[in-house]
Amino acid sequence: MQRGQGYRGLRLSVNNLACERGERRIFEGVSFTLRAGEALVITGRNGAGKSSLLDILAGRLRPAAGVILLEGAGERTLAECLHYVGHRDALKAALTAEENLAFARDFLGNPASKPHEALEAVGLAHAARLPVAYLSAGQRRRVALARLLVAHRPLWLLDEPTSALDTASQDTLRLLLESHRASGGMIAATTHSPLFLNDAKEIRIERRPLRPEGEPA
Amino acid sequence: MIRSFRALLLRDLKLAARVGGSGVMGLIFFLMIVTLIPFALGPDLNLLSRIGPAILWIAALLATLIGLDRLFQADQEDGSLDLLRLSHAPLEVVVLAKVVAYWLVTGLPLAVAAPFLGLLVALSPEGMLAMVATLLVGTPALTFIGAVGAALTSSLRRGGLILAILVLPFMIPTLIFGVSAANAALGGTIPFATPFLILVALSLVAAVVGTVGAAAALRSGE
Repeated sequence: MQRGQGYRGLRLSVNNLACERGERRIFEGVSFTLRAGEALVITGRNGAGKSSLLDILAGRLRPAAGVILLEGAGERTLAECLHYVGHRDALKAALTAEENLAFARDFLGNPASKPHEALEAVGLAHAARLPVAYLSAGQRRRVALARLLVAHRPLWLLDEPTSALDTASQDTLRLLLESHRASGGMIAATTHSPLFLNDAKEIRIERRPLRPEGEPA
Repeated sequence: MIRSFRALLLRDLKLAARVGGSGVMGLIFFLMIVTLIPFALGPDLNLLSRIGPAILWIAALLATLIGLDRLFQADQEDGSLDLLRLSHAPLEVVVLAKVVAYWLVTGLPLAVAAPFLGLLVALSPEGMLAMVATLLVGTPALTFIGAVGAALTSSLRRGGLILAILVLPFMIPTLIFGVSAANAALGGTIPFATPFLILVALSLVAAVVGTVGAAAALRSGE
């Protein structure tokens, strides 16, 4: 599939999503729609359930209620259409940055950029041959973000993508995100600091106030 | 799907070969147990060669178990498991690739090393050959059974002991038929093929049940 071509008809609609963890309702009634080229910024206090929302979209958590619908993806499931970059960077410390990316490229299918090109795009070409264990937190985050570039996936789920990144890398990230949107991709990102994306949708997740047992909600 | 399988298999083999990988550990552990037994039993060669197959099999079982808790836990901890869920290939293929890689770096070396360790317990040449054969077809069963336990305990911080308690009972049939096949080769009334074929069957059944079971355990994990 060529980048962009298969993305156009895509539409992700989320309706009345609710999340429970440990038998406690974290959020409910979350609804939004993402079309090709759109971005969604998810904000909220610590513990409001921003990451849980991404986890549900990525298929790591089951929603307590609600519907997630992906239209226009053909036979592919939602999990096959997305990239997920979370707090845990999913990098193997013993492998080099290049090997990590080469694995993701082969494993995920729909290969896009070569590993060294992706590392160049995040400004880490010099660290390609270094084991990830030797890299700093910000560099690791950039390697994890470079994974977005090695396989074509229309939906990018990013959990606090700017954390640990310096200002220059944040600018690079913004460019990557905008070019992904320009080619028809979709982005859903949680964040505390502004991402400065052009006309991004925004939803704020509010934690349900904790009430004593028995009191009507 | 084949591409994903191969990529994951190669990644795990590479990881096992790097520093801190589980590649050599199981083998060294195997060697240590087998060396310990003659010290404990004393230099009675007849006794040693009679219980040699049993010693080698128990050692192989423990050596398979020792690195097993990290099979999915390592991927769970660094977030790789989330990446592995995003493939075109179903989770069963992911499990199969990881288990095959694990067997190639633990089970296979055990089988290959068995003749050398057989010397320590005074095994006869036929005995050594039988040990290689039984370990070669029997250790996959141990690995696949263990994979289910590894998947169940992947999100537990101290899962190693629980894993052993969970899977050891299910490894007993493999142990019984492994040892009895090796003993049958050394003489006795049963032909070698009878327990050996059951051992093969156990491995084949474990391969199916273990793959499906471990994938189901990973799915329900979060």
